[in-house]
Amino acid sequence: MAETKELVLLNCWASPYGMRCRIALAEKRVEYEHKDENLMEKSPLLLQSNPVHKKIPVLVHGGKPVCESLVIVQYVDEAWPDRAPLLPADAYGRAQARFWADFVDKKIFECGTKLWMLKKEAQGAAKKEFTEGLKLLEGELGEKKYFGGDTFGFVDVALVPLMAWFRTFESFGSFIAETEAPKLVAWGKRCMERESVAMSLPDPGKVYEFVCFMRKMLGLG
Amino acid sequence: MAPPSDDLKLLGSWASSYTHRVQLALKLKGLAFEYAEEDLADKSPSLLLHNPVYKKVPVLLHRGRPVLESVIILHYLDETWPDVPLVPADPYDRALARFWCHFVDDKLGPAVGAVFASPSEGQAAAVEQVHENLRLVERELREGAFAGRRFFGGDKIGVLDIVLGCGSYWLAVFEDVMEVKLVDPEAFPLFHSWLRDFEEQEEVKAIIPAIDRLLEYARGVRQMMLGLSPQQQ
Repeated sequence: MAETKELVLLNCWASPYGMRCRIALAEKRVEYEHKDENLMEKSPLLLQSNPVHKKIPVLVHGGKPVCESLVIVQYVDEAWPDRAPLLPADAYGRAQARFWADFVDKKIFECGTKLWMLKKEAQGAAKKEFTEGLKLLEGELGEKKYFGGDTFGFVDVALVPLMAWFRTFESFGSFIAETEAPKLVAWGKRCMERESVAMSLPDPGKVYEFVCFMRKMLGLG
Repeated sequence: MAPPSDDLKLLGSWASSYTHRVQLALKLKGLAFEYAEEDLADKSPSLLLHNPVYKKVPVLLHRGRPVLESVIILHYLDETWPDVPLVPADPYDRALARFWCHFVDDKLGPAVGAVFASPSEGQAAAVEQVHENLRLVERELREGAFAGRRFFGGDKIGVLDIVLGCGSYWLAVFEDVMEVKLVDPEAFPLFHSWLRDFEEQEEVKAIIPAIDRLLEYARGVRQMMLGLSPQQQ
């Protein structure tokens, strides 16, 4: 049975990808050990578990590593199928959920990283892509409570770490979330009412401080 | 005998390895479908309607509803027609297959593409990047998760074989067009023998376009790229 094997999550507190895994594990009410990695000095366990990318998050289950946050979330969903299903039951619904989760990866988080990592001059294209991404997601959400409909699902898990990062993206991307994506802000607030989300997302102010510190270290001023 | 696949249509492009992935999966599963070739320089209204976000092929239409992104389509086919399974049954094996599919699409594929797009000064670095990525795959075949297997899927072709295999023929094409060695059988013996085995499968031979057509196509694209390159002006 899945529960009897040891479960460890290698993570970094500010990582939106790690937050996804924490939320999924919390939704499934699964016990695990949480190990915060120092990314300047990666542990032997991390290097051994993810030799290809040497990145967090990594979920180690019974000694076997699972890497990449969306792969981990699907794994958690499939390893504990008897509770809180994150993906819909029908194949078409699953295909749509996977599509939008992948979209979130590319257009929100990858793109969002460019907003704070690039110098101001280079940001223009990234900002346009990011805000357009927000609008497409709002279209997909529509009037639903969650992206999963009435059920908190895969796309919700994939996107909700944005709530911890919105302040950072707003600041470096020079936009206001409430203006650009009011529906997503409202959706985010609904998600924060869930225990799994509230306990897994750090304070946005702390994330912002962390990014400012990272930018200094990278010489971005 | 193909089971009824009620209203399956694929929008694709003959030289797109992403399209080939879906065609191969459909063939392996014995599913009948209608194929529509897209002119990527003049995209059809149907493509723009069904994939407004990316406007790319392949697009699978099942009973008129679009399924997008090749790996997602492969999962959809497997979940809708479970005979001749492509995705592993065990959650951990599924996670591994998905991880390596991402690797192909995020790392190996772009690295191979970079060799093709590189001006001559950048070529050595681009080739080394491909080798670095192939070494990771070779290691996995030699002593990692896939050690001892004929295919990544086991005895039969699975989703990772399809994803890695459809596109690997470009390696031979680029070796010819760019006059560079990408897959040395001595440096990558397991990858090399897996690829030969994959390419020998009847279903694969039926899907992959003739090498001459691919060579001609690649040469044409390369000429166009060099013609547009700033160094040429």
